[in-house]
Amino acid sequence: MAILVITDEHVEILLSDVLEKYGYDFTGYSRASLKRRISRVYALDKALSFAEFRYKVLNDPGYFKRFVEQITVNVTEMFRDPSFFRTLREEVLPKLGTYPFIRIWLAGCSTGEEAYSISIILKELNLLHKSLIYATDLNPSVLEKAAQSMFALSQMKQYSENYILSGGTKDFSSYYTANYSLVKFDDELKRKIIFSTHNLVSDHSFNEFQLILCRNVLIYFDRDLQHKVLDLFDESLDELGYLALGTKETIEFSRMANKYKRLPGEKIWRKIG
Amino acid sequence: MKQCKAFIIGGSAGSLDVLLKVLPKVNVEISFPIIIVVHRKHGTDSLLPSLLSTRTSLHVKEVDEKEKIKAGTIYIAPSDYHLLIEQDETFSLDYSEKINYSRPAIDATFQTAAEVYQRKLVCLLLSGSNSDGVNGLKSVKAWGGTVLIQDPDSAQVPYMPEQAKLNVEIDRTLGVEDIAEFINLLL
Repeated sequence: MAILVITDEHVEILLSDVLEKYGYDFTGYSRASLKRRISRVYALDKALSFAEFRYKVLNDPGYFKRFVEQITVNVTEMFRDPSFFRTLREEVLPKLGTYPFIRIWLAGCSTGEEAYSISIILKELNLLHKSLIYATDLNPSVLEKAAQSMFALSQMKQYSENYILSGGTKDFSSYYTANYSLVKFDDELKRKIIFSTHNLVSDHSFNEFQLILCRNVLIYFDRDLQHKVLDLFDESLDELGYLALGTKETIEFSRMANKYKRLPGEKIWRKIG
Repeated sequence: MKQCKAFIIGGSAGSLDVLLKVLPKVNVEISFPIIIVVHRKHGTDSLLPSLLSTRTSLHVKEVDEKEKIKAGTIYIAPSDYHLLIEQDETFSLDYSEKINYSRPAIDATFQTAAEVYQRKLVCLLLSGSNSDGVNGLKSVKAWGGTVLIQDPDSAQVPYMPEQAKLNVEIDRTLGVEDIAEFINLLL
């Protein structure tokens, strides 16, 4: 596609449709990515015209569900950025382990790979029994997938390498059972995960946490929305709790920055003020 | 000479060598940013900007998300993210599926930049072994921008510029020694 069929104007029309009809607010999302995603689903589904595409999004709830799933980025992996997970394992979680109870919020959990990664580390640190992971996403369909705890067997080599690089010492395959092209992770790992919908744009704080992870979500938001979401995290984080973001994300520009101290080398901040 | 608001270089296998030869000769007074998108292995992050900054007095930095794009700066796309250009001339990053087995994909940067800078965009595709960048160059062309390739004869891996040549109407084919001079003549 040399010239995208979807124009900037089309994007704005769809965003206001979706906000009015369904209450999903994407107006604070970065446009370049959004426009590419919309153009992509438009082409994939071989829409005949913009009018037809718009009509379907507005009037077919099943198609709207697909639309949301396709315009949001749901790419994720287990133990992505192993050094990050090593810091969780060696520094952050042992500190939180001194508390009677650990509440973790994984915001924008997509299909759940990171939730299971954290669960594995907690189990190995012998902390899983007193932890609770709230894994949320705005997208009900990715949460359904996440709750199945099934992933592609073809990914396991990569995940196992990541796991070892992150400081894991067990045989990674001991955590799942393979079945044809899929693997299913042990039910024990998901017992302490609560999958639930939550929209960072419109929903409020729902608990107090000692650790909030939100990696590679803020990159899709404009600065105003980033401010708003960081405030929400700040509100939801206990004193001395930790906030973890993606490799290229930061809180430095935000109004809460002076209350936080960064852990050297990682995108993890501790709330100190 | 056409006015240039952004000069974007895409490259893959065999392109680092070209950059190391070209950058020292680029005039430090250029009035536009140079944005570099090269395929590299994830996890080798900070090496490329520091390597390239030893070859030029221009400010070289890895892109931060939502950063305002400034003239006279050389920006490097971070590994493992697509680099997109927004209408307000800021960068954004995207962790969606790989394109042409690549993240960053040259196509994604070329395509989004094409819509922003339109006729004032100049894009150069260097040596490489896959066809990333070709669709991007088509967009650049369609929006009136200028399309350049490294002369495939001078490329360590000619496949990428060759594919561009086969599929896009190229404005200029440049030998390695001509690239800096071309950049320096842009306004």
